[in-house]
Amino acid sequence: MSDFTSNFWSVFVAAISIIGILYCAFLLWFSAKVKVAASHDTEDGTTGHVWDEDLREMNNPLPRWWLWLFIITMVFAVVYGLAYPGLGSYAGKLGWTSTGQYDAEVAKANQELEPLYASFNAQTPEQLAGDPKAMAVGERLFMNNCAQCHGSDARGSKGFPNLTDGDWLHGGTSDKIKETITKGRIGQMPPMAAAVGSPDDIRNVSHYVLSLSGSPHDSVRASLGKPKFGACAACHGADGKGMQALGSANLTDKVWLHGWGEEAITAMINNGKVNQMPAQEGRLTESQIHVLTAYVWGFSNKPAAK
Amino acid sequence: MVSLYAAAKKIYPRSVEGIFAYWRWIFVFATQIVFYGLPWLEWGTRQAVLFDLASRRFYIFGLVLYPQDFIYLTGLLVVSALALFLFTAVAGRLWCGFACPQTVYSEIFLWIERKVEGDRSARIRLDDADFSLEKLVKKWYKHTIWIFFSIWTGFTFVGYFTPIRELAMEFFLTNMSSWELFWVFFYAFATYGNAGFMREQVCKYMCPYARFQSAMFDHDTLIVTYDTERGEPRGPRSKKVELATSNLGACVDCTLCVQVCPTGIDIRNGLQYECIGCGACADVCDTVMDKMGYARGLVRFSTQNAMTNKWSSREMWQRLMRPRIQIYTMILSAIVIGLLVSLSLRTPFKVDVVRDRSTLSRITEYGTLENVYRLQIMNAAEHLQTYRILVRGLPQLKITTETEVMVDPAQARWIVLRADIPYGSADPGSHKIQFEIQALGSDHFVVEKSVFIVPR
Repeated sequence: MSDFTSNFWSVFVAAISIIGILYCAFLLWFSAKVKVAASHDTEDGTTGHVWDEDLREMNNPLPRWWLWLFIITMVFAVVYGLAYPGLGSYAGKLGWTSTGQYDAEVAKANQELEPLYASFNAQTPEQLAGDPKAMAVGERLFMNNCAQCHGSDARGSKGFPNLTDGDWLHGGTSDKIKETITKGRIGQMPPMAAAVGSPDDIRNVSHYVLSLSGSPHDSVRASLGKPKFGACAACHGADGKGMQALGSANLTDKVWLHGWGEEAITAMINNGKVNQMPAQEGRLTESQIHVLTAYVWGFSNKPAAK
Repeated sequence: MVSLYAAAKKIYPRSVEGIFAYWRWIFVFATQIVFYGLPWLEWGTRQAVLFDLASRRFYIFGLVLYPQDFIYLTGLLVVSALALFLFTAVAGRLWCGFACPQTVYSEIFLWIERKVEGDRSARIRLDDADFSLEKLVKKWYKHTIWIFFSIWTGFTFVGYFTPIRELAMEFFLTNMSSWELFWVFFYAFATYGNAGFMREQVCKYMCPYARFQSAMFDHDTLIVTYDTERGEPRGPRSKKVELATSNLGACVDCTLCVQVCPTGIDIRNGLQYECIGCGACADVCDTVMDKMGYARGLVRFSTQNAMTNKWSSREMWQRLMRPRIQIYTMILSAIVIGLLVSLSLRTPFKVDVVRDRSTLSRITEYGTLENVYRLQIMNAAEHLQTYRILVRGLPQLKITTETEVMVDPAQARWIVLRADIPYGSADPGSHKIQFEIQALGSDHFVVEKSVFIVPR
């Protein structure tokens, strides 16, 4: 009941419930006591009540066991009100909460899955990638937790890396993949316009970058841009192949995470980019991350023989 | 002066023999042999009729239904409702008197009661008697049989939802799951309570069908009727009295019609809302008429029009095919035929196409524009099935992932699928496309709509 700043509504709701039950009890007691004219008491065989000029009420008594149904519902209401959180903010004797039930169900499911995950944990991700059972679990985990950004086929999209191409910003060994999933990653490309030089220099560097991967480019601009690439080499390396320790991109392949072409590269040099992979630690268990590691590793590798 | 609540008076229906009682027993056997026997039938390697709620597959002989086939259940319910309309318009509460589970189980429980405690008068005597060893033994004996029968009923009911042979093993090893246990005993309790104790109270105070069936009666509906003109003035008489010369009607006022009535009414007071149309009174009256040497049918199925207009039974039956009945019959047969045709022409698989929403579209290094889809293929056949996936809707649109996939028997499988077009071959925006999924080795196919997105 944290939604309410005052206690009023809690008391209000509880009062309505309690008064409702008490009123039902009174009504029942009253209707069980009251006597009406029997059919043989009146001339026309009705209770003698007349409404709206000519509507007469027959006396068709309810069966007595019906009374018990009413009593049972009232007893149920009282027991429920005491046991469960039904009366305003009163938590109930059983201490039941919907989150508690959810947690209990999750704990139960985890307990049931423990032997399965234990057998997964006993294997390396490289072995696990060849285990169809583990991969079925991995697929479901991936679909529920990773596919939102990386796509159902794990091929990513603009800004979200393709996990199947064997090109890794932060390293593609199973250890590195696990680290990425567990701790997340922040990829940072600082705005480099000032360091590179004039807008024309930046265009030249863009063409030089395009030339590194053999993409269509202006070779005159590229050769003019080459000396200016020094500002980039600190992270991307003199050869432009990037450094996985820094998470800097390899500029010599045809993987363009943030867009291809002069325009996209110029924009990147001018504005930089911060790209984040959120940490899954705390959201997923270690065993789940282990299975996911194997699943992701398996996209670009052949599983090891057991 | 009386209370608003009246204690229910226990009804002791007397046993009865005759044409209607005979037909009721036919229905008791027909419905119960099906109910108790069906779950034991095997179909190939599985139970012939099984509603597997946990994995959401509904097996009915050769059919495997998915929750997506709910329309067939709707169809079945519509057919049931229309059949109720039709039968009720023709002959009143036929369903209530002959086939309703409440009637059928009450009949079975009454039969057990009769075998243990004797017929009506013996039962009344026994209930009125003071406590004795004999009474204790008889009551104990009766309730034991009732309870065993109820548990068997509950067990059978659960056997439709969980394989009954496994359930039987669990039952005897006493390791049923708590929900199985709950439903076996809950259903058993309901059977025991409704058929043993509640009986006609269910029809009188609880059943909604009983109430709205009255709205389907018309003046040509067959109802159990007492022929007042023939019967009155009623009165006891010696067998030697000649009916024609006496000033008495045919009713000998033996009250047997009241004694056999399962709802405890007197049919001679005319049609009453409690009457379930079982015809027990007609049966018993015929035996009395036979003994007296009078014509049968003092209490019989007749219509209000036939009674007031003194129609012959030929005239009465001629009114059977009145427009209302014709319309009911037409609608009912149309829906039954429609349901059967649709079931027989049913495609034994279903497909859902879900476009990846995170990845609107991507440009690949091969210069193509790619969209990602997930297809759920639900195999409703009980064999491994290969499906071929085709796509159309844009020029040069093609699938770049595998186009032939296998799905296990009665299983559903998610498939990730990529389709692409050459970059620039379509205008920016959303384009309607269709996936066609063919079941190889048959001529079944499903067409599902989706869209292909080209970025601006």
